Amino acid sequence: MIEVIQNLGRWGLGHIEWLGRGNIFLFRVLGGLPSLFLRFPLVIQQLHSVGVLSLMLILIAGLFVGMVLGLQGYNTLVDFGAEESLGVMVSLSLVRELGPVVCALLFAGRAGSALTAEIGLMKSTEQLSGMEMMAVDPIRRIIAPRFLAGIISMPLLAAVFSAVGIMGGFLVGHGLLGVDDGAFWSQMQVKTDWYDDVLNGVIKSVVFGFVVSWIALFEGYDATPTSEGIGRATTRTVVHSAFAILGLDFVLTALMFGEE
Amino acid sequence: MPLIKIRDLHFNRGDRAIFEGVNIDIYRGKITAIMGPSGTGKTTLLRLIGGQLRPDRGTIEVDGQDVHKLSRSELYELRKRMGMLFQSGALLTDITVFENVAFPLREHTELPESMIRDLVLMKLQAVGLRNARDLMPAELSGGMARRAALARAITLDPMMVMYDEPFAGQDPISMGTIVNLIHRMNESMGLTSIIVSHDVIETTEIADVIYLLSGGKVIETGSPVQLKRSSSPWVQQFMQGLPDGPVPFHYPGASLAEELLNREGEA
Repeated sequence: MIEVIQNLGRWGLGHIEWLGRGNIFLFRVLGGLPSLFLRFPLVIQQLHSVGVLSLMLILIAGLFVGMVLGLQGYNTLVDFGAEESLGVMVSLSLVRELGPVVCALLFAGRAGSALTAEIGLMKSTEQLSGMEMMAVDPIRRIIAPRFLAGIISMPLLAAVFSAVGIMGGFLVGHGLLGVDDGAFWSQMQVKTDWYDDVLNGVIKSVVFGFVVSWIALFEGYDATPTSEGIGRATTRTVVHSAFAILGLDFVLTALMFGEE
Repeated sequence: MPLIKIRDLHFNRGDRAIFEGVNIDIYRGKITAIMGPSGTGKTTLLRLIGGQLRPDRGTIEVDGQDVHKLSRSELYELRKRMGMLFQSGALLTDITVFENVAFPLREHTELPESMIRDLVLMKLQAVGLRNARDLMPAELSGGMARRAALARAITLDPMMVMYDEPFAGQDPISMGTIVNLIHRMNESMGLTSIIVSHDVIETTEIADVIYLLSGGKVIETGSPVQLKRSSSPWVQQFMQGLPDGPVPFHYPGASLAEELLNREGEA
């Protein structure tokens, strides 16, 4: 019995310590952000590897998600004779929810895991230590540019995801199922609010970009510097990011749309 | 006055004591070797000197400054005057050899590109890799990677260089090259060198002073000749590489006879 309590205590303390390390890490990264204004090329490099290289995945996934939404939405709406509202359904689903959430999940799998593995490997090959000994702070030089690139990339990728998804919905709705294109676009324009829908979606994706980048970079930085340790850290990045995205999505949705 | 003064150094990793009251003096312009069996904390000592780890007790002074009482920016200023050669080389894998050697200059100076180029080429020339400047670290052999890392370690003309196992895992030619380089650089640049190693032959060839560490303490200190003549059986075992002696071949525990006799009882 005592052993169980001991283990529970050890587990709890271990997790509190881990959370503490994560927060100290975040503060150090945030402290390193101002210096990036003078060294923006570092961020641009990372925007390429974090954002641009994720683009193809986001484009393809967005197109298919939009096409499925078009099909499913049409089948439901047609029963009520409301198939002309397909545009609204597709756009609101994507802009409010699926754009930020699915894009963030894909981003965590593609860019997040890559960041964790990269930083973990830099740690295990002593590159981070080497930098410290050259009087260069790896948090400022390596971590901060990647963190900022993650936050900038995420809303842009989510916007591309939603835009391509809407095109996918239109292709299926108008091209395949014969929904009137004028009704599709005009209803969408009338019913999709700039502030309530689009801006809230952007806020969600910025929050997800922040959280996924934080988790991915911290897991890499905190990884046990062995191949097994890096493997575990990469898995944790994807799992923790998924939980964080879905949990935060509920909280943000409740805050943004709860009163409607 | 020594460049590095270590006094009463205590350091624990978890429950395990790594250092228990270590005193070391490292003098300017000399090559000082820290030797001892694997796991005695030789690399840890370099990390303590570099301020990457904090001792539990005791002080480490480098050039008159207590490393662990410095602010972050003061520590970084001090590190600009320290070079360190990691065992793995620790080259940045996504940039070329040239860019690796130029890295400290780009980070810490505002020198024009032409001057950076000249300085980097001079450092690469010193380690024989001027023509390998456009290669990526993955394209280098182990010995070349270590030489490139050495060029990077001396880019800012430091007052001292710490070498972490510089001879480990090298073929005889690379080993000879590195021994020669360390010796030559120490003389020509007026460096203070600290070598952490367990390669007795190479280290005794170039070291002025050797500190032998074991069990968290300095067991013996002196010139290579003095150590070879030491009357301590432990020192003799280490210097001659004898498989058994004061340091037993077998991991401590029950004897084989006890194990065999107890087998039935365990089953």
